[in-house]
Amino acid sequence: MEVQVLFFGSITDITNVTETMVASCADTDTLISQLIQQYPTLSNKKYFIALNQKMIQTNSPLKSGDTVALMPPFSGG
Amino acid sequence: MQLNQRYIRQQILPGFGIGSQEKLTKAKVLIIGMGGLGCPILQYLVGAGVGTIGIMDGDKISESNLHRQLLYDTNQLGLMKVEVAASKMRLQNPLVQIHTHPYSLFKENAFQLIEQYDFVIDATDNFIAKYLINDVSVILNKPWIYGAVSGFEGQIAVFNLKEADGHSLNYRHLFPEQPEVNEIPTCEEAGIIGVLPGIIGTMQAAEAIKIITGIGKPLQNTLLNYNLITSSWYSIHMDSAVSSPTINQQFFDEMIYDHHCVWTENDIDVEDIDVDEIDVTSFVEIQNNKDIFILDVREFHEYPVIDFAHAQIPMSALKQSIAQLPNLPIYVICHQGIRSIYAAQLIKLQKSMDVYSVKGGLTAYFNQINHEQ
Repeated sequence: MEVQVLFFGSITDITNVTETMVASCADTDTLISQLIQQYPTLSNKKYFIALNQKMIQTNSPLKSGDTVALMPPFSGG
Repeated sequence: MQLNQRYIRQQILPGFGIGSQEKLTKAKVLIIGMGGLGCPILQYLVGAGVGTIGIMDGDKISESNLHRQLLYDTNQLGLMKVEVAASKMRLQNPLVQIHTHPYSLFKENAFQLIEQYDFVIDATDNFIAKYLINDVSVILNKPWIYGAVSGFEGQIAVFNLKEADGHSLNYRHLFPEQPEVNEIPTCEEAGIIGVLPGIIGTMQAAEAIKIITGIGKPLQNTLLNYNLITSSWYSIHMDSAVSSPTINQQFFDEMIYDHHCVWTENDIDVEDIDVDEIDVTSFVEIQNNKDIFILDVREFHEYPVIDFAHAQIPMSALKQSIAQLPNLPIYVICHQGIRSIYAAQLIKLQKSMDVYSVKGGLTAYFNQINHEQ
């Protein structure tokens, strides 16, 4: 199973990519800890998580084909 | 109201009509920020005939504004943005009342200002203003139109506008707590392509016209993100299940918006701390000394990678790491010598050793090295 992860705004300064595919992940908490292993500075970053274009605030199960987005605050104008 | 030739092209639109024009004429809107977002917002709302528009900005026009703030001319450098914008727009449409507020938004003036208008359009470039607009709008039960940019991305949303079922969301549903100053890079540090705030500001103006006239469905409870590089839009929906702090008068009164105040220790403001800058010629002479510590505060993705720094701690992580720095004179370096001053101030606040900022940063450093060769 694969989950698509999208990165936005200043998060892409850390990841250098706007999206990645992640294999076998039970839920969003597991996914985030995997991402932090890959990108340690992510742990200092503020962002909210959206699952399939809907904001979530609690750990949510993932299935193949899901899309998870990490959205940081934007302030430029 | 008569059909006015000025507005005829929008009045003949099916579903718009004279009624919508009357609503626009009666509307009072406050645009906070007269920069890259504020200029196009103002231009389109003046063109459309919004009756009363307040514009607020404490800044003067500088040369680096001109590539994206197209209301301002080369011969107007140093003039107040709101004054120049107002006089230009009064010529564009004399039927619109433009009120100028030539200062920044503070906790002390936010209520009294926002109260005077139907709603706010956020064209600011900082979190202090965005959280103030959010909280005051929630307490006054007014919607507000959010807009912001970051790198090649921009986003918009309409907050605190009630859905048919009565629920409404605000910015604290997305980010309950205000990010700290320097946690997120600004346009000055990160750069900005002029057309991007143009696109986002124009979208904000469209949302304003929809809210005023009632045509279509405003972007409420949805964050819409635009990526200029991939020409793609991505929307994120927020439903009523999302929780946030309760914003009321007491919450507002107790909230500290200006984080500079939080960083003062023993009544010293971080930005008031004097930092010695070292020019690159002197830095090159001492950079191989054993008893100094060279600290790179750029983010990890920034190029080029350098081999002469003893540590790289990005600005976003510096505050938590200051205690671990060695007791040696510290030379802070970044891309252009701006962040390094701030980093040096933060270090000096907590540590008593000598701290220097390398003037002009790596840009100046590599110019010097190349010049020597």
